[in-house]
Amino acid sequence: MSHAILAKNLSISYGSNNVINSANFVIDEQDFVCVVGANGSGKSTLIKAILGLIKPDSGKIVFGDDIKRESIGFLPQDTKTDLNFPATVIEIVLSGTLGQLGIKAFYRKEDRDKAEKALKQLGILGLKNTSFSTLSGGQKQKVLLARALAATSKVLILDEPSNNLDYKSRKKFYDELRELNKSGLTIIMITHDLDAEDLIGNKIISIKEAKVECYSTSDYLRSYK
Amino acid sequence: MSWLTEMLSYAFMQRALIVGLLISICAALVGVSLVLRKNSMIGDGLSHTTFGAFAIATVLNFAPLWFAIPVVVIASFFVLKLSNNKKANGDALIALLSASSLAIGTMAISLTKGVNIDLNSYLFGSILSIGWSDVWLSLALTILVVLLYVFAHNRIFAITFDEDFAKAIGIKTNIYDAVFAITCSLIIVFGMRLLGALLISSLIIFPTLIAVQFSKSFGRVVIYSVLISVINFILGLIISYLITSPTGATVVVVNLVALIITYIVCKVVLTKR
Repeated sequence: MSHAILAKNLSISYGSNNVINSANFVIDEQDFVCVVGANGSGKSTLIKAILGLIKPDSGKIVFGDDIKRESIGFLPQDTKTDLNFPATVIEIVLSGTLGQLGIKAFYRKEDRDKAEKALKQLGILGLKNTSFSTLSGGQKQKVLLARALAATSKVLILDEPSNNLDYKSRKKFYDELRELNKSGLTIIMITHDLDAEDLIGNKIISIKEAKVECYSTSDYLRSYK
Repeated sequence: MSWLTEMLSYAFMQRALIVGLLISICAALVGVSLVLRKNSMIGDGLSHTTFGAFAIATVLNFAPLWFAIPVVVIASFFVLKLSNNKKANGDALIALLSASSLAIGTMAISLTKGVNIDLNSYLFGSILSIGWSDVWLSLALTILVVLLYVFAHNRIFAITFDEDFAKAIGIKTNIYDAVFAITCSLIIVFGMRLLGALLISSLIIFPTLIAVQFSKSFGRVVIYSVLISVINFILGLIISYLITSPTGATVVVVNLVALIITYIVCKVVLTKR
């Protein structure tokens, strides 16, 4: 299996504060990776570097042959989204396809099909003309996930997606992620909680005091028992 | 309807109507993104800066419009950077810029002898000061803003809804920010003579605030904002003509009344459902 994302000697700092120090890891295609670490440890910074939102001081991120940075699906922390924003579900999900639109101004039929497919995959096609602000927390999260799915067929990155979800919704959400992973998506997820049930992937990337380490989930859990 | 014929028989009223309509369209379009991104104070900060620039240009005997444009464009970059900077206290710094510009402009005018300026017309606008050059400049600006919205509507939506996601999928958000900053500056500079430094930002804010009360999609917010902005400007201009009140203040009051009525109607309708 070839790699999806490779970090080579990646170092990132904010001023004099060294957040990531010479990180090396490999994320293979169809891996489900959970990124763990204390608050402020650099989890979001690592994700931002993968997405190209911040430049590393040194080192680099290398993508697999058929992966483009613009076509990575990204689900940001929901605290950053205005939950009362006036938009319909389809407007939001369609915006996921903008990365593949190039310089074209208007959505094509294939973009609309992709958006509807993502909604269907998550069982919320019926909500496509509903106002985002009227949805429940779990439905809103699904809409943002559908937007990320419309952006990608390869790699999905999620920044603390279970925030503000109750136990039942969270469990359901994780089941959906497992299904997406089985269907071929590589998933990288920052988890806020360190409960074993939140570590649902096959790999763990742990960040502690700027040191980044990669484990298999079973090894990681064993070492913490 | 003889009053309407009479009103439109004055050349200055014709110019005020055209410039007002064009600036209302531009302000509503740009306002949607600024208000929904919670950057409404930018309009206020820039309008006060425009006042300061106009005052200094007049005192130094420069052409106010051509002096104000670069000054306000530079200020807009500064203000936009501040309001997007989570570490800086953007709100306080914009308030500081507003007050300082107003103070510098007022001092420059009052300390300069031999300069005859009606301070009120700068602060509250004067439809008599609108010339045909304002009409052509406003028309050019409107064409640019409308084209921007037609061709970049989807990307503007993505940036307004979720800037981080927009960046992640490769949208050059800094370029759009720069275009917004320049556009917003031009709207304020061109519209200030009509509505005044203290009132022009209301054209940017009110239409969106009214439209979001009853629109469920971003596309509708954009369209309704423009319609509301245009209708309220025409109503304000007509009322100001009929009761001989200042145009800028009347337009703002019409917008305020529209906002209150919309809010109450939407609340009543939602409660009944």
